[in-house]
Amino acid sequence: MKIKVSHLTKAYGTTDALQDISFQVPDGQIFGIIGPDGAGKTTLFRILATLLLPNSGTATIAGFDTIKDYKKIRNIIGYMPGRFSLYQDLSVIENLELFATAYHSNIRENYHLIKDIYQQIEPFNDRMAGKLSGGMKQKLALCCALIHKPEVLFLDEPTTGVDAVSRKEFWEMLRKLKDQGITILVSTPYMDEASLCDCIALIQNGTFLHIDTPGKIIDSFPKRLYAIEGDQRTQNLQQLRNNPYIDSVYLYGDRMHLTFKEDPDPHLPEVVLVTPSVEDCFIWLMKKDSYE
Amino acid sequence: MNEATIQVQKLTKRFGDFTAVNNISFEVSTGEVFGFLGANGAGKTTAIRMLCGLSKPTSGWGRVAGFDITREPEMIKKNIGYMSQKFSLYDDLKVWENIRLFAGIYGVPHHTIATKTDEMLQRLGFASEKNSLVKSLPMGWKQKLAFSVAIFHKPKIVFLDEPTGGVDPLTRRQFWELIYEAATQGITVFVTTHYMDEAEYCNRVSIMVDGRIDAIGTPKQLKQQFESESIDEVFRKLARRATRKEV
Amino acid sequence: MEYKQLVAFIKKEFRHILRDPRTMLILLGMPIIQIILFGFAISNDVKNTSIAVLDPGQSVTAQRIIKRLDASEYFNVTYILSHPKEMTPLFQEGKIQMALLFNDRFDDRLFHTGDASIQLLTDASDPNQASMVAKYATTIIASCQQELVKELRIPMQIIPEIHMLYNPTMKSAYNFVPGVMGMILILICAMMTSIAIVREKEMGTMEVLLSSPLKPSYVIFSKVIPYFALSVFNLVTILLLSIFALEVPVSGSLFWLTMLSLLFIGVALSLGILISTLVRTQVAAILISGMVLMIPVMLLSGMIFPIENMPLILQYLSNIVPAKWYIRAVKLFMIQGASAKYAIKEFAVLSVMLVVLIFISLKKFKDRL
Repeated sequence: MKIKVSHLTKAYGTTDALQDISFQVPDGQIFGIIGPDGAGKTTLFRILATLLLPNSGTATIAGFDTIKDYKKIRNIIGYMPGRFSLYQDLSVIENLELFATAYHSNIRENYHLIKDIYQQIEPFNDRMAGKLSGGMKQKLALCCALIHKPEVLFLDEPTTGVDAVSRKEFWEMLRKLKDQGITILVSTPYMDEASLCDCIALIQNGTFLHIDTPGKIIDSFPKRLYAIEGDQRTQNLQQLRNNPYIDSVYLYGDRMHLTFKEDPDPHLPEVVLVTPSVEDCFIWLMKKDSYE
Repeated sequence: MNEATIQVQKLTKRFGDFTAVNNISFEVSTGEVFGFLGANGAGKTTAIRMLCGLSKPTSGWGRVAGFDITREPEMIKKNIGYMSQKFSLYDDLKVWENIRLFAGIYGVPHHTIATKTDEMLQRLGFASEKNSLVKSLPMGWKQKLAFSVAIFHKPKIVFLDEPTGGVDPLTRRQFWELIYEAATQGITVFVTTHYMDEAEYCNRVSIMVDGRIDAIGTPKQLKQQFESESIDEVFRKLARRATRKEV
Repeated sequence: MEYKQLVAFIKKEFRHILRDPRTMLILLGMPIIQIILFGFAISNDVKNTSIAVLDPGQSVTAQRIIKRLDASEYFNVTYILSHPKEMTPLFQEGKIQMALLFNDRFDDRLFHTGDASIQLLTDASDPNQASMVAKYATTIIASCQQELVKELRIPMQIIPEIHMLYNPTMKSAYNFVPGVMGMILILICAMMTSIAIVREKEMGTMEVLLSSPLKPSYVIFSKVIPYFALSVFNLVTILLLSIFALEVPVSGSLFWLTMLSLLFIGVALSLGILISTLVRTQVAAILISGMVLMIPVMLLSGMIFPIENMPLILQYLSNIVPAKWYIRAVKLFMIQGASAKYAIKEFAVLSVMLVVLIFISLKKFKDRL
């Protein structure tokens, strides 16, 4: 196991940021932490990147303890924080060189690793990092986190605020890095990115709702999920909420998703059975969680 | 759908020799939920700034809420609501203080603010949080509250700039139900988002590429036109056309 | 390998400074502007100031005072008035800067009631100059009074009625050069260093640096060195300007003055590091260095207000202000031309402060967030 986390807890004052978090990531996997802002993702990343001390629990990266052996861990991880955290008044190449030096490395040594990504920003080598577009900044930040060939990569919300096309590209880059044997822990608020991970944890209010492969999480959806098309969605939604057969109904893209208490309402012939998505599972787990 | 609350004709904005918004024309009707999509750097922000009367167009013409965007920007500001993920409410003020502040800014008559505030909080189910500091509220509540504040003065149009970024899927849906509710009351909703499933919730969407509007229509029409399964796919097909060097 | 990291980070720090020309201009220009401003103040010395007098009684004592004023190098009695009204145009045309009005029964009052007053009217359009003039005149009048008391052996009091407040800036303007030196060094070393470190926290870059194998002490070192260089540069500018432009001599040992300044720069830099460990935002860093450093430097270091005149509690408090000790020693070296052995106390105090501050800031500096 490359990353082992057991019973991690962290509180700020009286608010619990993380409560009893445990999970493991095998070598060379992409592990996704999926949940909304404020769920505790950043706190978890900071603890694993040896930047914060947990209140209790332990975590090891490649066998090194995040508290005792933090100096060793800092040599083998690459960390990309949620905010763009490079020097805005330094150029692309200056940033890259600086971070390479910080890791006792240089650009040539691991050029092969960043080549694909770096080539896209190389034409802007002399541009100040602060003047790059969102997608470019994100690529540069990834290059800086990779320049020393880390064993484990921590990416905290790398795709937030990035458009759908850049997000797709970014995930393609992550797949390639995985093929190079790098273990990746990535967080995202976008549920549709979940299916691109080998394994995911759904996080809400500092606790993991569920940990599994995306496939198994979908299989664990306890009910049959139906979809209904509807142009007049607003009006329909209210009507359906009052329908005694229906357990839950919510908007989903160009349709509505619904579950029935037992059997489908025979008066709604237009419903079709659909496969749930990770998002459906998250919604269901959140509801279950708030009832308990 | 009735008369247009936003009318834009050949609107263009240049910065030096860079054309941020290139000759765009469209209309949005009263009570419509209009999705304004585009990749980062496609020119969305510049276009919205012009519509809100914050930036003068280089050429072209536009009317928002019945006022000319070049000549009557002050009137436009009075008749619109605005909310973004980055700026919405003051964290260190209480819920009711935020409402009173923004209601005051938008000229809601003073004697009606208190009762309207209670009504609104009741409807949202936040009545017990009236005296809480905004920063103590969960993320999702904040967003819902911010939206309600943005439409508190019954504007003709509300501009929402990525209102649901980072919000959990359940709250996102509740948020969209609020949007629909506002639309049925006749408020035009102009929304940008990076969630492509949310684009499907809009009555119509437009997609900007390199400063132009390359596609506009109902989600269904666009999917047919571009032979795609989802708006996500339409978006990717269009955004790949972009030739503009990322800046 | 290790030194390569340090060099790379120092280079980076210089880039940050060089790419922010506005800040750099302020940092390099401020000492020059301050020295020139205070240098201008020096030229306001009271010398041969024209005054007018009104002495309707022509009494002996009054005449004696008038003669004494005229005889001094500070005043020339250029107009003898016969009516107070005549004074106004003289003031307006700038022909006089002060008028002395005696009562017509000045002697009578002085000898019978034991106190008499003189009205001193000064042109307060330049308040500093005005109060300086009034202060000089009062001193001369007071010395006259003392002589009279001695000669005539009767208790009496001449009260000069000035409508101006006592302005403490009348200390010799020479004192400003040491003050400016203390202030500039504190500003650049402490404030700029703390801002530079806190900026990394605020921008999130500190997070990335801390998660790397880079030694946190290197981060600090690489911040300290450029600001050290800037301070030395400023120090040289201030000294050159004051010696050549203001003709303030360095009458003592230049070597010890330099050593003292280096010690003080060390204290200021460690103060800056300490502040950076206490705050999270640049605004807070500016506020703390402004409130905790700048204001005490200006108010408690003796730069503007003489420490001797302060309430006792403030005098005690001023002892913990490093700039007080620095400014005192600089005065010793520059103006009084004292040798190093007279500044042993100042050196000792600053050294202790340096050690304590470095110790605290090293303890406080975390290699986690």
